[in-house]
Amino acid sequence: MAISGLVLVGYLVAHMYGNLKVFAGQEAFDEYAHHLRELGEPMLPYEGALWLIRIVLLAAIGVHIFSAVTLWRRSRAATGGKGSQRYASSKAPRGSQRSYASFTMRWGGVVIILFVIYHLMHFTWNTIAPGGASDSPYERVVNGFEIWWVVLSYTIALLAVGFHLRHGVWAALASLGANTSQRRRRNLNILATLVALVIMVGFLLPPFGIFFGLVG
Amino acid sequence: MNITLRVWRQQNADTPGAMQTYQVADVSPDMSFLEMLDVLNEQLTLAGDDPIAFDSDCREGICGMCGLVINGLAHGPNELVTTCQLHMRSFSDGDVIDVEPWRAQPFSVIKDLVVDRSSFDRIIQAGGFISAPTGTAPDAHAAPVPKADADAAFDAATCIGCGACVAACPNGSASLFVAAKITHLGLLPQGQPERDSRALDMLAQHDEEGFGGCTQIGECTAACPKGIQLDLISRMQRDVLGALSHRR
Repeated sequence: MAISGLVLVGYLVAHMYGNLKVFAGQEAFDEYAHHLRELGEPMLPYEGALWLIRIVLLAAIGVHIFSAVTLWRRSRAATGGKGSQRYASSKAPRGSQRSYASFTMRWGGVVIILFVIYHLMHFTWNTIAPGGASDSPYERVVNGFEIWWVVLSYTIALLAVGFHLRHGVWAALASLGANTSQRRRRNLNILATLVALVIMVGFLLPPFGIFFGLVG
Repeated sequence: MNITLRVWRQQNADTPGAMQTYQVADVSPDMSFLEMLDVLNEQLTLAGDDPIAFDSDCREGICGMCGLVINGLAHGPNELVTTCQLHMRSFSDGDVIDVEPWRAQPFSVIKDLVVDRSSFDRIIQAGGFISAPTGTAPDAHAAPVPKADADAAFDAATCIGCGACVAACPNGSASLFVAAKITHLGLLPQGQPERDSRALDMLAQHDEEGFGGCTQIGECTAACPKGIQLDLISRMQRDVLGALSHRR
C-alpha cells in the first residue's frame, strides 16, 4: 500500500511538471508531449520509455488496489462490515480526532480510479473530445478546459486526490517506519498536507488558467 | 443528578442484543461510572430483574479489566482514563448516556457489556515474553540499560491490554496493543534474542485472530487510557521489516 502509493505520488509530480508546460505556450507543450515518446532513443524504441513508465504505473496501481481491497476486507470482517459505525450510539459520529481525509480514503480511491479512466478517455485514448478534437495535445487541453463542466469534473477529482494524499502520504511514511516520535508525527502530517496542497494546486492551475483565458 | 442510561443488553453471543433504557436517580457526582452502574444493578436486583453484566477488577485504572463504549467513545469522553476512573461529574444532570460493549469480531459478547478478550492472551502467548532462566534475581546493574530506553520501554509497558484501541479503531485493528508489547520488550537488552520472531509471531497471531489492519488514523491512541503513542506502531513496522530482512 505504502510503497505503491509513494510511486504514484512520484509520478504525479512528474505529470504536474508536464502540465505546467501549458503556460510556456503551444510549441513548448507539444514538443514536451512529443519528446516523451522519443525519450531514450535510439537506445529505446519509439515510445519505449513511455511504456516502461506505463508498466511501472500499472504495476503500482495493481498492487495499490490489491492491498486496498485486502485491507478493506479485513476491516469489514473485524467490524461486521460497519467500520466506525458499529456502535448504536450516534453521539460520536466522527470519533475523537480522525480526519475527513482518513475516513474517505477508500471511497475517495474509487472516485479517483473512475476519474483516471475518464481522464485517459479524454487525453490518452481520445475516445471523448469535449470542446473539439485536434492533433495537437496543446489544443486538446485548451479546447477541453474552456468548458465549465470539464473544469468542474477535474476540480472534484483533484479535491479527492488532495484528500487522498493528505492522509495517504502520512500513512505511507508512518507504515514504513518514519513516525518515530510525537514531533515526527506532527512533521509528517505537515509534510503530507504540503504534498497534497502542492499537487492539488499544481494540477488545478492549467484548467483554471485556460478557463479564465490566461492561456492561449 | 438524574441520569438516563441506554444500555446494550444481550443474553449471550448467540442471541441478538438491543439498547434498553434505564433511569438512575440521585447519582452523586463523585461516583465513578462503575459505581453508578452498581447502584443501577442494586435497583434491578431488588426489582427482580437481571443485573447488567460488566467487567471490572481493580477500579483504580491499572488492571485493564473494565472498558465500556460510552456515548460512542471507548472509556468515555475524558482523556487518559479507564471507565472506572471516569466520574459522574463529567456528565450533567439529565444527560442521556449510551453504554455499549467493545465491538470487534474477535471480541465476542459474553453477556451485556462483557466481551471475550482471550484473543489478546493468545497474541501475548505468540511472542509477548522473554526466555530467561528463573531463580535468583540477577544483579540490577548486570545488564546496563540507557535511561532513555528504560523510560521509553516503561511508557510502552504501561499498556494494560484493555482493548480500547480495538474498540476505537475504524478498522478494528489491535496494532497499538501489539506495538506496545513489541516495543516494551524490544527496547530492553533482555528482549533482543527474540526480537525478530516476536514481531513476526505476534503480528501473525493478531491477523489470525481476525483483527483489521492499521491505516494510521490514530483513534487508538486518542482512546488509550495509558497514552500509548502512535509512533510505537511505526516502531513495530520497523521491527517487522527488520525481521523480514533478517529471515533466512
